[in-house]
Amino acid sequence: MAETELDHVSGKTTTGHQWDGIKELNTPLPRWWVLTFYATIIWAIGYWVVYPAWPLLWSNTTGLIKYSSRADVGVELANLEKIRGDKMVALGAASLEDIEKDPALLALARARGKAAFGDNCAPCHGSGGAGAKGFPNLNDDDWLWGGSLEQIQQTIQFGARSGNAKAHEGAMLAFGKDGILKKDEIVTVANYVRSLSGLPASQGYNAAAGAKLFADNCSSCHGENGKGNKELGAPDLTDKIWLYGSDEATVIETITNGRGGVMPAWVGRLDPSTIKALAVYVHTLGGGK
Amino acid sequence: MNKIVQIDPDQVEDVGPLYAARKKVYPQKVSGTFRRIKWGLMAFCLGVYYFLPFVRWNRGLGAPDQAVLIDLPNSRFYFFFIELWPQEVYYFTGLLILAAITLFLMNSVGGRIWCGYLCPQTVWTDLFYAVERLVEGDRRERMKKDASAHRWTLERISELVLKHSIWLMIAWWTGGAWVLYFTDAPTLVKELVTFQAPAIAYIWIAILTATTYLLAGFMREQVCVYMCPWPRIQAALTDEWALNVTYRYDRGEKRMSVKKANELRSLGQHAGDCVDCYQCVAVCPTGIDIRNGPQLDCIQCGLCIDACDTVMKKIGRPTRLISYDNDINIQRRIEGKPPIYRIVRPRTIIYTAMIALVGGIMVYTLATRSLLDINVLHDRNPVAVKLSDGSIRNAYTVRFLNKRGFDRVVAIDIDGPQDAKLHVVGGDSITPDRPMIVLGRDGTTELRVLVTAPSDRNPEKSIPVKFRVTDIGLGEVASATDNFVAP
Repeated sequence: MAETELDHVSGKTTTGHQWDGIKELNTPLPRWWVLTFYATIIWAIGYWVVYPAWPLLWSNTTGLIKYSSRADVGVELANLEKIRGDKMVALGAASLEDIEKDPALLALARARGKAAFGDNCAPCHGSGGAGAKGFPNLNDDDWLWGGSLEQIQQTIQFGARSGNAKAHEGAMLAFGKDGILKKDEIVTVANYVRSLSGLPASQGYNAAAGAKLFADNCSSCHGENGKGNKELGAPDLTDKIWLYGSDEATVIETITNGRGGVMPAWVGRLDPSTIKALAVYVHTLGGGK
Repeated sequence: MNKIVQIDPDQVEDVGPLYAARKKVYPQKVSGTFRRIKWGLMAFCLGVYYFLPFVRWNRGLGAPDQAVLIDLPNSRFYFFFIELWPQEVYYFTGLLILAAITLFLMNSVGGRIWCGYLCPQTVWTDLFYAVERLVEGDRRERMKKDASAHRWTLERISELVLKHSIWLMIAWWTGGAWVLYFTDAPTLVKELVTFQAPAIAYIWIAILTATTYLLAGFMREQVCVYMCPWPRIQAALTDEWALNVTYRYDRGEKRMSVKKANELRSLGQHAGDCVDCYQCVAVCPTGIDIRNGPQLDCIQCGLCIDACDTVMKKIGRPTRLISYDNDINIQRRIEGKPPIYRIVRPRTIIYTAMIALVGGIMVYTLATRSLLDINVLHDRNPVAVKLSDGSIRNAYTVRFLNKRGFDRVVAIDIDGPQDAKLHVVGGDSITPDRPMIVLGRDGTTELRVLVTAPSDRNPEKSIPVKFRVTDIGLGEVASATDNFVAP
């Protein structure tokens, strides 16, 4: 122990600590400060005992009160579901049209619908419903199976070609693969279909032959003037929106091999009020009829 | 003289303990100008603090009628005619800046005016000392009672119980008043009395009762000396012209008895006015000797001035041996020159100008702030949609802010793409080109807005689009600009 000594300038003693000849004056802390410091140490020991504290090899000490923030989250989530359940009752009771007319219900349905859309629909249709090749864009005004609130709800409930008894049925036939049309006929009718929406035809295309082929093979589903048929999910061929693509090669591929994308049925997987919320959400994305 | 000597540690008293016991301060009763100022300011500050929550201010139906209210659940702050939203929190930043510069200005004019007269720690400690004095008696009695070997008499115990009861009552009132700023005060008082108030109210009252009781009853000057950063900052900010509570040693020294001083003066010699009566030390709430010069522990409450003046009057000498002064004037008096006071100097002018500038900016922005606002968020997925007829549509989430206390009807229109059409989702309007919607009072309304425009009329990849919202009744207008994008 180093020597303590009296410092005459300050009238204090030193602590005896010394670094390179610099000595430390003993300036005692106030007692309340030291007691508070000891109290915090005791508090920390109490904390170790009561709360989860020490890491063990594969787990950690759980503490006397078995506190867990994860369990807290569970309770909060259960509460949330309860609150949400109460509100969803109102949604379930109102008709789709009434929901859209009531600003409070509309906001609720859109919020719930957006969450459910992100969880269930986004993998195919994209998080904002922008779609992709083969998966319809839900923001535009072109609807295979109809864009009214009821029609959207129906499509969500039972899907398309989903295997559900009430699902939308009807698919694009494989005219080439099944030998209904020959290769050059397919090229001709493909050019005719493109011309319906004002797209340019390739060289040597016979418009009259195309029109005849269309009338014989396609008009039963797509209509005489190509306006489509929502009962069968046959798209309008005269508009600017193409689910699989409008270039000649893609149209030829579509006619040759057919198309038949699947929309799953959500009835039974989502509760009715969530499906309602989804219908309202999709309808208000902008394209709803 | 200052030779370092090796000494035996046993012979030195303060060796050993790592802590120092507090030397209890027993401030003596005093009367005079500064005591009166302190009483007045204490009454004012406590009066404002305790009763402000009960002041009413009519804001119309449905709005709270409390003049000063921090409404946390609804994220609103009310101050008489001002209502602030969370995004206007910068006004509080402005207030803090003003408070800081005001503190600097006070410091450069009259030292620690804040510490001595206005700081809550000073005000409540002063009040607690007054209670202590009332119950236990003045300085000498209190010292005697604390030092007495037979301290636990029935009388002594009842005295202490009374003192702590009054302290706790004041502390409880302090905590009680605090929670009243956060909800409707009369309602909460009724709930508190009938034990119907929410638990959080009781918890906060308990916390603030405890802190008031501890800080004003026990910690007292230790808060100023050990815990508060301001004494350190103040010492760094002061200058030679600032007036501080100062012992005029030119007049006071050399200290001697009245009799000896009179003898010297009759011989025409200089004699100090300080009679070493220790009254300045006795009244000091931090227990220091002002005659040792400026020191960190001095909160400059001016009570030593009152104490010294009382003595000077008694012995027939001029008052203000201790006064608001500075070293420059002491030196000038020693040199036989008249004292000069420079309250107006660059430092105070700059501080005043800064206060005026910050205050001016705040008043200007507050007076000209818009009570109607619009925020636009462009849909990111998809950014643009092509419709079946080839036209382009962009969707936006538009948030309207109505800061007025009543519902109002607004019209929305846009400026940008050619032949653009506007549609508000969920809002059927009789005026399709300029949809009208109702904005609820004192709140925000979020709507989905679709803008559709033919692509052949708008060949550009991106066109600026300005959303404008107009209050039909008042004519107030707000706008926000975003872009109309082609796919």
